[in-house]
Amino acid sequence: MLEPVVEIEQQVTFKQEQLQTLFTVLQKRGYQLVGPTIRDGAITYDELNSTADLPVGWTDEQEAGYYRLARRKDAAYFGYVVGPHSWKKFLYPPVLSLWKANLQKGEVIVAPQAAQAPKYALIGVRSCELHAIAIQDKIFLQGEYTDPVYKARRENAFIVAVNCVTTGGTCFCVSMKTGPKATSGFDLALTEVIDGKRHYFVAESGSKQGAEVLAELTKQQVTAEEQQAAKDLMEKAAKKMGRQLDTTGIYELLYRNVECARWEDIAGRCLTCTNCTMVCPTCFCMTVLDTTDLTGQNAERKRHWDSCFTLDFSYIHGGSIRNSPKSRYRQWMTHKLAAWQDQFGTSGCVGCGRCITWCPVGIDITEEARAIRAGDKSDKATKAI
Amino acid sequence: METLEPILAEHPFFKGMPPELLKLLVGCASNVKFEAGDFISREGQEASEFFIIRQGKVALELFSPTHGAITVETLEDGDVTGWSWLLPPYRSHFDARAVDLTRAIRFDGKCMRAKLEEDHNLGYEMLKRFVRIIAERLSATRIQLLDIYGTRV
Amino acid sequence: MEHVFDSKAAPGRRAVLSPMVPEIFRVEKYRKETLDTYTLELKPASGTGEHRFGAGQFNMLYKFGVGEAAISISGDPTSPNPLIHTIRAVGTATKAMAKLKVGDTIGVRGPFGSCWPVEAAKGNDVLIIAGGIGLAPLRPVIYQVLAERRKYGKVFLLYGTRTPEDMLYRAELEKWRARFDMEVHVTVDRASSEWHGNVGVVTTLLKKLVLDPDNTVAMICGPEIMMRFVAMDLIKKEMTLDRIYVSMERNMKCGIGLCGHCQYGPTFICKDGPVYTYDQVIELLARREI
Ligand SMILES: Cc1cc2nc3c(=O)[nH]c(=O)nc-3n(C[C@H](O)[C@H](O)[C@H](O)COP(=O)(O)OP(=O)(O)OC[C@H]3O[C@@H](n4cnc5c(N)ncnc54)[C@H](O)[C@@H]3O)c2cc1C
Ligand code: SF4
Ligand code: SF4
Ligand code: FES
Repeated sequence: MLEPVVEIEQQVTFKQEQLQTLFTVLQKRGYQLVGPTIRDGAITYDELNSTADLPVGWTDEQEAGYYRLARRKDAAYFGYVVGPHSWKKFLYPPVLSLWKANLQKGEVIVAPQAAQAPKYALIGVRSCELHAIAIQDKIFLQGEYTDPVYKARRENAFIVAVNCVTTGGTCFCVSMKTGPKATSGFDLALTEVIDGKRHYFVAESGSKQGAEVLAELTKQQVTAEEQQAAKDLMEKAAKKMGRQLDTTGIYELLYRNVECARWEDIAGRCLTCTNCTMVCPTCFCMTVLDTTDLTGQNAERKRHWDSCFTLDFSYIHGGSIRNSPKSRYRQWMTHKLAAWQDQFGTSGCVGCGRCITWCPVGIDITEEARAIRAGDKSDKATKAI
Repeated sequence: METLEPILAEHPFFKGMPPELLKLLVGCASNVKFEAGDFISREGQEASEFFIIRQGKVALELFSPTHGAITVETLEDGDVTGWSWLLPPYRSHFDARAVDLTRAIRFDGKCMRAKLEEDHNLGYEMLKRFVRIIAERLSATRIQLLDIYGTRV
Repeated sequence: MEHVFDSKAAPGRRAVLSPMVPEIFRVEKYRKETLDTYTLELKPASGTGEHRFGAGQFNMLYKFGVGEAAISISGDPTSPNPLIHTIRAVGTATKAMAKLKVGDTIGVRGPFGSCWPVEAAKGNDVLIIAGGIGLAPLRPVIYQVLAERRKYGKVFLLYGTRTPEDMLYRAELEKWRARFDMEVHVTVDRASSEWHGNVGVVTTLLKKLVLDPDNTVAMICGPEIMMRFVAMDLIKKEMTLDRIYVSMERNMKCGIGLCGHCQYGPTFICKDGPVYTYDQVIELLARREI
């Protein structure tokens, strides 16, 4: 769905067993389900066949540079936070063939690749992730040039959001005003409630398709207590946010601290491994790769995700523009929290905490922002560059 | 004989120079002319003078046994040749060669040094002018050194 | 069928055909300009594709199987066909393109980016300052200004290269120099004594130029250091930052604001640039590794 949300419908509840019905309904409508599943010791996003593929009874413990799966005491389907994957891998594929070309009697014939537009149902999208998708919509759909692959996939997608009732050690959506409750941009939004023996979902639809799908489930009108239970869970989650980021004047703060000492300090720790950019749900940089086969008759151009942390990223003949790790971290963080606003009218960070968790040395964007603020010598807002 | 004073006053090098100070210099100045190809000064030789160019073109050259004469800078109307006359050991660092017919005013080095020593106001006015030229050439030399049109910048 | 990056599918947005898919052009003429620089004249291999561009814009040129390079269009905007590019062979793609022969094909995407203020400069003196290959992106300005010469005040072209042999478009420079309505000065960093012209960096040409700072538009293209020095001298001559234009260069992979490579502070050079007013970039130029 792409249109602005239609009125969010009256909430209903359905029993946990109905989740499988929801999956079946979506599959019948031609959707490939994708969502959380355990792989290589982490909760990743992948194809799902049934609710059995979900990480039932698992949670994730996260800290800066730290991630472990742990057993929950209950059998929650969505009792974790977020893992190393984000939905961009489905909407903005990591590798994409743009076109192929071949030589026919010395003539180059270019064949654009047909846009593949699978129909994905994204299961378990968090509020911060909805915001990340909305940000990528701005990048790929609302600029001078649009990305037709993203557009097709996005238009085809059915989004099942899940409100956060468990918070991670590294996330800070409250600071970024992106959660924990999903307020728009979904077809269905669920809150999973486990209350003694009862295990149910409070559900609401955010689109016509969402309402149609919901209509096929066995459900009840939500009671006041159920509503309250869901609300309490979310409020508790909001209070337990692992991190905070003070966004007051962050745009001016970063622009006027292009040369502060903290960058050097970060550079002493950063390995420029690119992890933070790969896991970030809003990072969109890509590069292209040209190849030929052994005969030299067939060429192909592919698009790959890229990262501003590599030396190659800024290479021009003679050398790289951003040679020092310091300048690369600065580029990334300043882009996220400042330049993004110039370019797309929004922050580039939704506070999901992935970059903090998956940084091998535990560099924490919220901590770095705090340190830059603490070292900020000028309180007058200098002209933004 | 017609005095050189009005000619000096018009030359960009002396722009803004108080007339009473300019007057003091006229005695050290003389009118000169070089044909295309004439050497005006030679590397390593005594720099007993400097020139302000009224009209024409002068090349500052270095001669390399393997590359021949290499021009490092050209000077034209309004330019000044150099400052080697001002500092011991008073020797030129380049060959200066007229590329075209060149008319210039020659200033005698010894005469000038005496005047500048005598009247520090005059000395300061002259030094300001030379420092500006030295700064300009230094900055140009730095850019040149970088070889900015190469592929390594 | 919708194609990858076929923006026809995006009505309301800029309707450039398939901005990620190159169109095939054929080399009509190949001219060696200097030891390492050559000019290609290109015509669409099929169809009658109308190719229009603004002075300052660039194309992404694709050599089959090798890769792409961002290259400014150096032809005449008032007569945009054939498409003309002057390229310096510095690396993989540009060296491979140097081996093209008349009749060979090449892929073209574009035109992309912002233009020199040729229209806005009407009624003003025009000061064009180029260094090295930087004359290529400025040649369209010269063509366009000369095509409507009456509409401009004085026109200056200052051009600096490393040696006389590195000078582009020598025949044209001579022609422009011979015109009474245009002042052309060239200089080189070093030369043998056979060279009769100026020796000295391009800023030395500015020294003697008498400018009307409130009525001049300056357009500068060359290595970044050269542009910084030139701009500084123009500021000394009391030109305001909004009258000084420069063309910036960064790594480019898409040309359409989607790959992130050409970011320059808050902007993308491929769509907000490459041509900027100096007040847009002065703060950025002062910082390293932006
Ligand atoms: C807006 C713009 C206009 C330009 N106009 C011209 C022109 O008219 N004529 C001309 O000769 N050159 C021009 N250049 C420079 C030209 O793009 C580079 O020389 C060229 O990309 C080098 O590619 P290569 O594969 O030969 O070099 P390599 O060094 O092998 O390049 C490897 C990769 O690095 C990147 N890269 C290297 N140098 C540059 C660079 N300078 N700018 C951007 N990316 C680079 C490219 O992605 C390239 O694929 C322009 C650059 C820009 C940004
Ligand atoms: S910058 Fe870090 S916290 Fe912010 S959206 Fe990206 S990965 Fe999440
Ligand atoms: S901040 Fe951390 S994750 Fe990002 S590049 Fe540096 S070391 Fe890698
Ligand atoms: S070249 Fe890709 S964003 Fe500018």
